[in-house]
Amino acid sequence: MPLTLLSGQFSQANEREYLWSLNFGPQHPATHTTLRLLLTLDGERVVDAVPDIGYLHSGFEKIGEHLDFNQYVTVTDRMNYVSPMANNVAWHHAVEQLLGIDVPPRCKYLRVIVSELAMIGDHLVAAGAMGLDVGAFTFFLYGFYQREKIYDIFESLCGARFTNSYTRVGGLSQDITPLTIEKIRDFIKGFPAVLRDMENLLTRNRVFIDRTQGVGVLTRDEAINRSVTGPIARASGVTRDLRKDEPYLAYGDLDFKICCSEAGDCYARYLVRMHEMRESLKIVTQAIENLPAGPVNVDGAQRTGLPDKHQVYQTIEGTIEHFELLMSNRGLAAPCDEVYAAVEAPNGELGFYIVGDGTDVAYRARCRPPSFVHFAIFPHLIRGHQISDVVAVLGSLNIIAAELDR
Amino acid sequence: MENEPFVPGLAGKGGHLIALEEVLDALKLQAGVLDMDAFRGQWRVVVDSSQLHATLKRLKEAWQFDMLVDITCVDYLQYQHATDRFGMVYLLACTERNQRLAIRVLLNEPNLVLPTVTDLWAGADWMEREVWDMFGIRFEGHSDLRRILMPEAFAAHPLRKDYPRQGRGERHNFPVVTRDQS
Repeated sequence: MPLTLLSGQFSQANEREYLWSLNFGPQHPATHTTLRLLLTLDGERVVDAVPDIGYLHSGFEKIGEHLDFNQYVTVTDRMNYVSPMANNVAWHHAVEQLLGIDVPPRCKYLRVIVSELAMIGDHLVAAGAMGLDVGAFTFFLYGFYQREKIYDIFESLCGARFTNSYTRVGGLSQDITPLTIEKIRDFIKGFPAVLRDMENLLTRNRVFIDRTQGVGVLTRDEAINRSVTGPIARASGVTRDLRKDEPYLAYGDLDFKICCSEAGDCYARYLVRMHEMRESLKIVTQAIENLPAGPVNVDGAQRTGLPDKHQVYQTIEGTIEHFELLMSNRGLAAPCDEVYAAVEAPNGELGFYIVGDGTDVAYRARCRPPSFVHFAIFPHLIRGHQISDVVAVLGSLNIIAAELDR
Repeated sequence: MENEPFVPGLAGKGGHLIALEEVLDALKLQAGVLDMDAFRGQWRVVVDSSQLHATLKRLKEAWQFDMLVDITCVDYLQYQHATDRFGMVYLLACTERNQRLAIRVLLNEPNLVLPTVTDLWAGADWMEREVWDMFGIRFEGHSDLRRILMPEAFAAHPLRKDYPRQGRGERHNFPVVTRDQS
């Protein structure tokens, strides 16, 4: 598309001589991640924008055809690195769908808790970075301090702050401890007050509203037609949330609302994210207080989930079980069939299309990345707006380049 | 009404709720529908490539499958008992009734061409570009079918099974800019 303006149509090119081209990215502080935009400008007004992506392409889907179902979870961490827990859950949700495993209730609740904490963390970054881009620095710092607490929870939960790799086929890498439960309770206690402070800082801020209201409007029909999902679609009035529409894990038992807006602009996306954090907190509260007892992994006799580490080191049965599952020729056997399973990740519908071929390695591991779909609508949103609105729209879409390029 | 529990799939505007089975029954009569089956509760319909666009158009316009969730492709080169080389997958969703349906098309070399669906769903634009980039399947009528993730000059289609994971030495040809030259 960048060439169509210039090549072949010289008469038009002359008429458009006053247009400027601006290269935005791939290394620009306001793009946050490695993506590039070619903007065509008329003064300060954006006439056209052509996204150029692929700078972070690392062949994740190709790697998925060579790593087994438990190993690949480390790669999913690196897709949307702002909320890796949600990716872990999404990947093993799809794998378990392919293998036909139903995880125990305790595992379902724990997965709900971690994906909702990831949701809060992701929305804090998305809203915070959007605020930062339009000049609200304090707001961003408030958000990041809370995110730090979520990292602490994840650290005590699975040992890693950033790349968690928490889930396993048929379960989790480890059970939750009382210390982690206390940390989550602490977070639940403290977070609403901070969220209120954050809303006081920005929601009725004149400058912020001027910068975001009416900017980058996406209507409901356009949102559906362009495959947009998640908070961006909900800000445009699409009442679609997989947690309600296809209640997976334990979402069917929990009480929460879907947050929607009809405006479809950057401000509405900000509002939807702020409200969703409150709903996510509600889900975490219910899940942590009603956490069922029992095992987190599926029964070892099914030969699907890895046995408990304690058993592996202490009993011969556990050692054998562990060994058998990890041997390359006698591990999991996926059916020769294809499955698509999606979860509601912070950015939207995160799905995996997995083709099984009788081994424990996916024949094809397609990831349906929400950022990829959302970045495609960017030119449509920015046309006709000012150049300073580019960062506001980019921030409101929450594009994560590692997920965009995979 | 207040005490009515939430039932997934009943989010429609009331009136007659179209079950997925009705759509499948209607599809059976459609020309070009070769096969349909379900796995783990997910229905897949195999369509002949010549009837792909017509089927998708009908699904969108008559059966309200208004959202195209994803377009992807699978290379069955090393797949046991596979008869065809490529399998295209169109994942559709109906936001009104909360239903999902997968449409599959089998393709063989040298006819790796399909009609574009960007006229039905604007969201198909980048998805088709990615499939072209990764698998080399052309979409006729696509207004801007360029590579999207790989560089323009890249020759191969890397997600094909005959492309090695380590690459074919493309990186050796990258120009190296030293500090003195820059």
